[in-house]
Amino acid sequence: MVNKEKVSLEEAVADIPDGAVIHIGGFGGVGIPVDLCDALYRQGARNLTVINNGVASGKVGLAALIGGGRVRKIICSYPRTPDPEVFEKKYRAGEIELELVPQGTLAERIRAAGAGIGAFYTPTSVGTPLADGKEVRVLQGREMVLEHPLYADFALVKAEKADRWGNLTYNKSARNFGPIMCMAAKTSIVQVREIVALGALDPEAIVTPSIFVDRIVNVPYPTKET
Amino acid sequence: MAEKLSRRQIAWRIVQDIHEGMYVNLGIGQPELVADLLPPDRDVILHSENGILGLGPKPTPEEADDDLINAGKKHASLVTGGAYFHHADSFAMVRGGHIDVCVLGAFQVAANGDLANWTTGGDDLLPAVGGAMDLVAGAKKVFIMMDHNTKDGSPKIVEQCTYPLTGRHCVTTVYTDIAVIDIKPEGCVVREKFADMTMDELQARTGARLTLANDWHLLATPNVG
Repeated sequence: MVNKEKVSLEEAVADIPDGAVIHIGGFGGVGIPVDLCDALYRQGARNLTVINNGVASGKVGLAALIGGGRVRKIICSYPRTPDPEVFEKKYRAGEIELELVPQGTLAERIRAAGAGIGAFYTPTSVGTPLADGKEVRVLQGREMVLEHPLYADFALVKAEKADRWGNLTYNKSARNFGPIMCMAAKTSIVQVREIVALGALDPEAIVTPSIFVDRIVNVPYPTKET
Repeated sequence: MAEKLSRRQIAWRIVQDIHEGMYVNLGIGQPELVADLLPPDRDVILHSENGILGLGPKPTPEEADDDLINAGKKHASLVTGGAYFHHADSFAMVRGGHIDVCVLGAFQVAANGDLANWTTGGDDLLPAVGGAMDLVAGAKKVFIMMDHNTKDGSPKIVEQCTYPLTGRHCVTTVYTDIAVIDIKPEGCVVREKFADMTMDELQARTGARLTLANDWHLLATPNVG
């Protein structure tokens, strides 16, 4: 019987090693798997490369990982928050590396990794500093920049409901990067507010099919990023 | 004091160029005013890059849902007929040419349509691009909403951008507090201005050469609060 549920957050993140590349879902504090991030912080892995749309603020979740010096490099589109304490100080001190990626290119690079696409060309960023050093070709009559997939060893994602196979639904704008990050990581770990019986999710409404999900943990009252 | 439009009046002016059935993305900040001034009986579907079509008005504190925010990370609502989707689909809408209009702010717009709006290249603010480069590469029309001049009076419409670019040859129209200017292959064409402002006066406040459209109009000053 397939059952991807892990009994604890600790068990779900236990094998994430130092140096791992990790997709972390969420946009603007919504959909961030704060409890999985906190479990990873307690687990102690270091030297991580994190892919997220932004950088965190506050004290928990991704902010704890960055603020605690566990993240070597962040790949994101918007590393600016009103709170400079977590990321900005470390960046200006040269303690964390930043790869800045346009938001749509970020999403598509993640999707490409999940879909087996070797690389792709896009007009986004042509003629800008973010295309520096990248191959540019004229395709369909337009200049386009070559972009590569963003693979990860693990994905940490927050969803709304799961069944024991790992089929997922999300809640409103908390969906954001979850579905594509589950696709793109070798091992995807999802915290869900509720685990329901197999068959209880409408097959027409399942957003992430179970094939993209490896582990689920039930977190009925998820911690908010503060 | 020379006549100029308020931010809400600029937003109202942009609304006049947004038509029934259009899919529109509004940038963070000033462009969000456009949503406030859309007539309720006009079906314009607002896109938010974090995965929403049919973005609705700001919810009341009681209605606010922590899982429902806009791209500016503020509480949002969904209109009847709205939909949620993931980030790759959201940016397929943007990059695949499905968005009719995006409205963005700018540091500089060049006569050739180049746009600089994401970083001044200085060290004071961390560089942060978000979806701006995707929007200008993919939207069918790129409307810029901005003051005509910086606080110190420098022109923001220039021959060549000096700040790092967001995109090349991408701006359709610039809506400022004193003019509406189309970016055309021949350069900056003034579509609307105030009656009391001569072309010489407007030119003096602009860093790129202007021409006046044959069918130019007076800039309206509606009472929009």
